[in-house]
Amino acid sequence: MKGMSLIVRTIARVVTTFIILYSAYIVVYGHITPGGGFPGGVILALGIMLLMLAFGKDLPLRKLPEGRASVLDCLGALGFWAIALLGFTAGYFFLNFLGKGEPFRLVSAGTMPLSNIFIGIKVGVSLFAVLTALSVYRRFYPPGEEPPEED
Amino acid sequence: MIPYLFATAMLLIGLYAIVARRNLIKIVIGVAITEYAVNLFLILLGYRAGGIPPILSKGMDLNKFAANSVDPLPQALTVTSIVIGLGVIALLVALVLRLYEKYGTLDESEIKRLKG
Amino acid sequence: MEVLLYALLGFMVVGCIIAVEIKDLLSAVVSVGIVGICLSVVFLFLGAPDIAIVQVVVETLCLIILLRATVQRDDTTIYKYIESFAVATILIFSGVFMVLAYRAFKDLPSFGHPLMTVSQEYLREGLAKTKAVNFVTSVLLDFRAYDTLGEATVLFVSILGAIAVLRRRGRR
Repeated sequence: MKGMSLIVRTIARVVTTFIILYSAYIVVYGHITPGGGFPGGVILALGIMLLMLAFGKDLPLRKLPEGRASVLDCLGALGFWAIALLGFTAGYFFLNFLGKGEPFRLVSAGTMPLSNIFIGIKVGVSLFAVLTALSVYRRFYPPGEEPPEED
Repeated sequence: MIPYLFATAMLLIGLYAIVARRNLIKIVIGVAITEYAVNLFLILLGYRAGGIPPILSKGMDLNKFAANSVDPLPQALTVTSIVIGLGVIALLVALVLRLYEKYGTLDESEIKRLKG
Repeated sequence: MEVLLYALLGFMVVGCIIAVEIKDLLSAVVSVGIVGICLSVVFLFLGAPDIAIVQVVVETLCLIILLRATVQRDDTTIYKYIESFAVATILIFSGVFMVLAYRAFKDLPSFGHPLMTVSQEYLREGLAKTKAVNFVTSVLLDFRAYDTLGEATVLFVSILGAIAVLRRRGRR
């Protein structure tokens, strides 16, 4: 479980940067081009998955421990709720209360880019959590042989 | 009409896999196929012949765009539906792995027999 | 264009049948992945690039999760199959369902001519109201944000359920 060969590791290290950059692009430009929070988050999870495949199971958990992942997940959910509730300051639930700006600009459309960022964080981190749960928590031995006890 | 029937055929194949297969992985595959069929049907309902994607590009007339674009509403609902489908598949696979760990088999009738 | 769409749809149906009928579990998982990728191409044909991106990405992740469940088994082949009574029942039900669906589809708006009563409103006034150019995002995050909130909650709960089922600590 030490990961793959040197070639795979080197290429994975370089490519993961671009994958995460691409996911940030997909999230941030979600109101101008196709994309948005959901696909951006899944691409983020896939980038971390590539690291996990190439370097073994331990490296992603060292970079993003369980506690911090759970904090980020709750941060995404609460941020989306906060945007929804802040609509009350100007009127009603989910009101797009920020200034709208000009179309085709990056900073436009009020709360939409913010919502996209929070949804992207939430989807990405929760899918990362389930992938780690699928690969790390258990080794899935058949019932005959007992797994070695780990703390 | 004909694309709708294709989507219905996929839905029925998925249901067939859920009902008539004993292997748990095959049942998960049936659930996935059913999801694909429903998403495909929703998007097919919103398609307009010769339509353009519902994304405005620079210098496009708004009235002409509204008369030519495909329906954005089922697309927006399908985005959420696809991601929910991923969560459902993850949950099902987690349950399948737990069952395999407990009973050592993926066969449904075998699990029923072992349970007694 | 139309012919290509029908060819892709037929290919997807064949892929589904192979995924359900084949005996090797690994091949079944791979063919379901092929069906998902084809579905993404079909979405591109139907003028939905947003959905195509989501589908191709989600399909990759779904394939990884399903492979995780399939590999590392001692034996990935199925030998036993169900008795013929259940198969006959489901085939009769499928026939009846297909006939009823055919009659119901006659009342739907025909393929390529959607109704779009609410969507026309969104398309005409969405730009002035939200200044977002991508109308899918503006429906998703502004007009119908309640649905997105509910979806985020459902995803949260299902992931929570998966982790609670899988984790070792805290049981026993």
